[in-house]
Amino acid sequence: MIAETDPTTKATAVSIQKVNKWYGSLHVLRDVDLDVAAGERVVICGPSGSGKSTLIRCINNLEEHQQGKIVVDGIQVDHNIAHLDAIRREVGMVFQSFNLFPHLTVLENCTLAPMLVRGVARPDAEAQARAYLERVRIPDQANKFPGQLSGGQQQRVAIARALCMKPKIMLFDEPTSALDPEMVKEVLDTMVSLAKDGMTMICVTHEMGFAREVADRVVFMDHGQIVESGSPHSVFGQPRTDRLKLFLGQVLREH
Amino acid sequence: MTALNNDIQAHNRRATMLGSFVSNVAVRRFIWQALAALALFGSVFWLAANLHHNLAARNIASGFGFLTREAGLPIAEHLIAYTPADSYFRALLVGTLNTLSVAFWSIILATILGTAIGVARTSKNWLLAKLSSIYVDLFRDVPLLLQLFLWYTILQKLPPVRQALNPVAGVFLSNRGLSFPVVDWQAAHGWTLLAFVLCLLATTLYAKRASRKQLEEGRAKSFWPVAIILLVIIPLVVGFSLGASTNLDMPQPKGFNIRGGVTVSPEFFALLVGLVIYNAAFIAEIVRSGLESVGRGQHEAARALGLHPKNILTWIVFPQALRVIVPPLTSQYLNVTKGSSLAVAIGYQDIVSVATTSMNQTGQSIELVGVIMGVYLTISLSISLLMNIYNARVALVER
Ligand SMILES: Nc1ncnc2c1ncn2[C@@H]1O[C@H](COP(=O)(O)OP(=O)(O)O)[C@@H](O)[C@H]1O
Ligand SMILES: [Mg+2]
Repeated sequence: MIAETDPTTKATAVSIQKVNKWYGSLHVLRDVDLDVAAGERVVICGPSGSGKSTLIRCINNLEEHQQGKIVVDGIQVDHNIAHLDAIRREVGMVFQSFNLFPHLTVLENCTLAPMLVRGVARPDAEAQARAYLERVRIPDQANKFPGQLSGGQQQRVAIARALCMKPKIMLFDEPTSALDPEMVKEVLDTMVSLAKDGMTMICVTHEMGFAREVADRVVFMDHGQIVESGSPHSVFGQPRTDRLKLFLGQVLREH
Repeated sequence: MTALNNDIQAHNRRATMLGSFVSNVAVRRFIWQALAALALFGSVFWLAANLHHNLAARNIASGFGFLTREAGLPIAEHLIAYTPADSYFRALLVGTLNTLSVAFWSIILATILGTAIGVARTSKNWLLAKLSSIYVDLFRDVPLLLQLFLWYTILQKLPPVRQALNPVAGVFLSNRGLSFPVVDWQAAHGWTLLAFVLCLLATTLYAKRASRKQLEEGRAKSFWPVAIILLVIIPLVVGFSLGASTNLDMPQPKGFNIRGGVTVSPEFFALLVGLVIYNAAFIAEIVRSGLESVGRGQHEAARALGLHPKNILTWIVFPQALRVIVPPLTSQYLNVTKGSSLAVAIGYQDIVSVATTSMNQTGQSIELVGVIMGVYLTISLSISLLMNIYNARVALVER
């Protein structure tokens, strides 16, 4: 088990207040409220199309919300480019489809942003990249290209690439959904070890085992709303709504 | 960063080349290729022998002896000295240079225009995207020959020299073509130009080093002060100290002709404009599909890492788009070159035009068709070779 974190005593890392978003006439986020404390680990689950990706993509403004307020590490997400730059420096993101840069080596994938965005000198950036590649346990692949790695290895490189920016907050959007079953564990292990180091994490995932092991809080979304939230134990053990019961029934049957 | 890529790619390529050379399949493939080549040369030899026999039987002279004879063929535009008293060889050389010149400028200008329109098509600006898409649809669908006739007719409709259009001082547009001033060339200008070229080289090296250094040290330093000194001040100092005159050779309308300056003929101009506008439409589509081949995920990952739009284009999008762009761009460049042979329809004297006139005068059509084919083949193979070398540099390593 991981050391308990008490959200009330810590600073707020992400604050989402009454956020609404539409795609045309499709209302995808409805009055979403969510506060995440520094060091807290939040798992978001819910049926496909319920707005989970959209919600976490609003945090680093890959998508724009239309109503409500999002504050990340004390900086408001708005149209101010300086704000967005500052937020993206502090927020790392891992995608379902890895999105590594195929024309750059693993090492270059990890050094590009620190050099271009943070102005880190190459030797330092490389040393740091090697350290993070070591952490995700692929130190000997640094000079390979992404296309030469397995899915699990690629996703771990993607995690290392995000960590190289030294983010305060990490967002994961179904990081294991595109992986073959035998590779899921290596990626989850990496995420667990990251959680143990006290990283603030918001993970969209259906991996109940992972949620039970690391999550301080599980949030269940359906139809663009947060329907239930609480400890993994209470959300998975005593679902209050029919929607969550139905969802848990489906997820458990699949696994 | 790319140097590292290249080393690795070269290494991988060497490894696979070595591996497949010893494999059985490769040996078998080689034998088949050798047999095919043998069959090809055999049939060519047989055809040639047959042809020679038939021509001799009909008393038609063959061979390239005519090349040294006087051509008596007037060629209006020549990049090297030429009079009708020169040989057929020189006439054909002039024609080849004319082909090369129009193809070269067309490729350069069509690439610039096409890239701009291709980027505009992917723009978020609705008007810009729409206008460029209309451009592409319009010029891609009308046959090149028709477009050439259109441009040529428009240029023919320009006023005679007496009423030449004079849009800016020193530039005249008339049915004799486009005339513009040039400097009165002296040795001092040559030295100034040399100084400029050397300084340009130095600037390129300096810029490369500066951008590498910026990455190494993580500090941005403007390279413009040095660039301006190198590119502007040094050449100017060289020019003035050697007393290069700043007199311009101005074009002057005199009677039916324009004296002085440089005049680009309506034929060259129409061909150039036609080739550039037509091929830019295709290049725009090639560039657009290249840019769009870089998936949304790549943009998102780069944005999430905090990269700015300019850096995303230079480091993420362009390097990946190039590998999709280069192969079709190569065949488009070949199309530009081959398309320049339509020159004959509007009276620009390219290699096809000079060779067909020579055919009529000498009757040596086989040899002259051979010359035309040889010229186009050489140009095309050179373009393909250069582009393949470039393509190998931007290719991706996949599993
Ligand atoms: N770019 C988009 N344009 C229009 N609709 C979208 C877009 N992205 C997502 N949607 C829609 O928004 C809803 C929520 O999507 P998403 O956040 O991806 O759900 P989840 O991640 O929970 O599966 C879905 O109905 C989806 O079809
Ligand atoms: Mg999703």
